[in-house]
Amino acid sequence: MSVLIYAQNWDGKFKKSVYELLSYGKKIAENNGTELIALSLGNVEKDELESLANYGADKIYFSNNSAFESFDNEIFTAALKQTAEKVAAKEIILLHNNEGKALGSHLSVALKAGFVSAAVALPESYSPITIKKKVFTGKAFAHVKVNSDIAILTLSPNSFEIKEIASAATTEEMNFTLPTAKTKVESREVSKGKLLLTDADLVVSGGRGLKSGENWGMLEDLAGVLGAALACSRPVSDEGWRSHTEHVGQTGKIIAPNLYIAVGISGAIQHVGGISSSKCIVAINKDPDAPIFEVADYGIVGDAFKIVPELTAALK
Amino acid sequence: MKILVCLGNVPDTTTKIKISDNKLDATGIQWIINPWDELALTRAMELKEDANNLVDGVSVVSVGLASAEPTIRKALAIGADEAFRIDCEPTDAFFTATQLSLVAKDFDIVLTGIESSDYNGISVGGMLAEIIGSASVSAVSSLNIDADKIIVSREIDGGKETVSTQLPVVLTVQKGIAKDPRIPAMRGIMMARQKPLKVIAATSTANLTEILKFEMPQAKGKCKMVDAENVAELVNLLRNEAKVI
Ligand SMILES: Cc1cc2nc3c(=O)[nH]c(=O)nc-3n(C[C@H](O)[C@H](O)[C@H](O)COP(=O)(O)OP(=O)(O)OC[C@H]3O[C@@H](n4cnc5c(N)ncnc54)[C@H](O)[C@@H]3O)c2cc1C
Ligand SMILES: Nc1ncnc2c1ncn2[C@@H]1O[C@H](COP(=O)(O)O)[C@@H](O)[C@H]1O
Repeated sequence: MSVLIYAQNWDGKFKKSVYELLSYGKKIAENNGTELIALSLGNVEKDELESLANYGADKIYFSNNSAFESFDNEIFTAALKQTAEKVAAKEIILLHNNEGKALGSHLSVALKAGFVSAAVALPESYSPITIKKKVFTGKAFAHVKVNSDIAILTLSPNSFEIKEIASAATTEEMNFTLPTAKTKVESREVSKGKLLLTDADLVVSGGRGLKSGENWGMLEDLAGVLGAALACSRPVSDEGWRSHTEHVGQTGKIIAPNLYIAVGISGAIQHVGGISSSKCIVAINKDPDAPIFEVADYGIVGDAFKIVPELTAALK
Repeated sequence: MKILVCLGNVPDTTTKIKISDNKLDATGIQWIINPWDELALTRAMELKEDANNLVDGVSVVSVGLASAEPTIRKALAIGADEAFRIDCEPTDAFFTATQLSLVAKDFDIVLTGIESSDYNGISVGGMLAEIIGSASVSAVSSLNIDADKIIVSREIDGGKETVSTQLPVVLTVQKGIAKDPRIPAMRGIMMARQKPLKVIAATSTANLTEILKFEMPQAKGKCKMVDAENVAELVNLLRNEAKVI
């Protein structure tokens, strides 16, 4: 028996979030006295593959098959299913991102295994597996029991501490029997060189209080000195001031950075749903009664156009 | 070409969540169409109205008890041609997807939302595709039909892709699929009363998961206010107290 994690790569590189999955999976494997298996699909250099061993992987399976160049629900599901069967996986752990969410739901049917998305902690018990997850967009948690032998989960980002554990992992190439794709990627746009909002430890976010997209320069400066990613409230992306990819909240991205700075954001319940798991929230708002102060750790009441440049200067 | 939109019935997004008796306290809750499903329906209506007229009909389906009917009627008032209600309590995502498969297998394009805003399962769309064995694309943010070819854009982790797909297909849609949801007009509300709402008996199937209990998040400590004249103090607190920078 084993714990299987899917090590997604970005242009052949793994991210911190994959190491977080490994650390989490290792803890479960240690608890159950089983092995931790990592699966990598697509073109990844040997050195990078072996980095998975630094976080506790006992075996690394990989395939450089060109079928994995772009994501396809059926093809990736087939590869994960075949790996899960080969290693008798009891827990399958995925990133809580686009690929992980899609794979979890497909694999659930393919393996007749219960799927729990956005788990926030280690399982509370193992047979059967029960685990805590977010519900009502972070307004509550549910403790969910899995009624099948195999459990599939996606792990909410930033919910587990990354721990380096060197292990002597073996590496093995997999040969899969893959279906023919029913979908075809016609073109791709990659946001190059930009820190992804969902990966960022620090986030600077602006709302309608900034009045127009032209006023974003000061937020870019603040994000620049901090090394933070930018986000915004929904009306800001609806107005076209900023791209939809920056919209956070119930209908946008759900993030959990160490620091979230909300500038000119009132703190509507749908907005807060997307940021409430942040470790530290700072609110800058001219209205002392804005609801954002109810969820913030630190607040400044005042004019953003004065405070943000001062904050940037103080950080320099 | 026939489109089916799967509708979840969820509490209004401004609802303050209260748990009593180990379940959601439904007192005073306004029920709405799950926000992404409402956008999916809007896009389906736009496609049906398109002059090229490749879409012959838009149907909606919901798994739920009779109490879900006002939400289903709202979809008919927005413009769906017919509705199905599969008569049972949706207890788990696999259970729900299995029920939906009873209806979904007869359609070319099936739209589901990326997640329900209540239990946040993020499950039903992918499961449904896997059960009926159709093509599927997740995280879809635009949908166009071009001479019998389906073109969608989808979000990937760090970008965007344009994808073409075979039919039948299940698309899991998110923000961007339509701009604003449609609001039913008076005429639509009147017409909705005449439209068919078929009630289908549920099939028996397993629940792969089960909620044992709920827990409310810990209340936040009070927000520490920093004087607007002393912004440097905020930097100090973030560095030395919160230790986040
Ligand atoms: C189904 C549904 C889903 C939704 N999903 C989301 C979602 O995912 N994300 C989201 O963000 N919203 C979402 N919303 C919208 C949400 O209800 C709010 O309307 C929105 O979050 C408000 O955005 P805002 O705080 O930027 O703007 P406002 O509410 O207009 O707030 C602007 C704030 O800026 C402050 N301000 C103004 N001038 C200054 C200044 N010079 N200096 C400092 N502060 C200033 C004001 O005091 C005010 O608090 C959703 C709504 C619905 C119905
Ligand atoms: N009871 C239901 N009836 C019909 N469709 C549903 C139901 N529950 C969920 N769905 C669909 O599945 C999507 C994802 O839901 P979930 O997996 O519950 O987060 C929703 O956006 C709906 O389109």
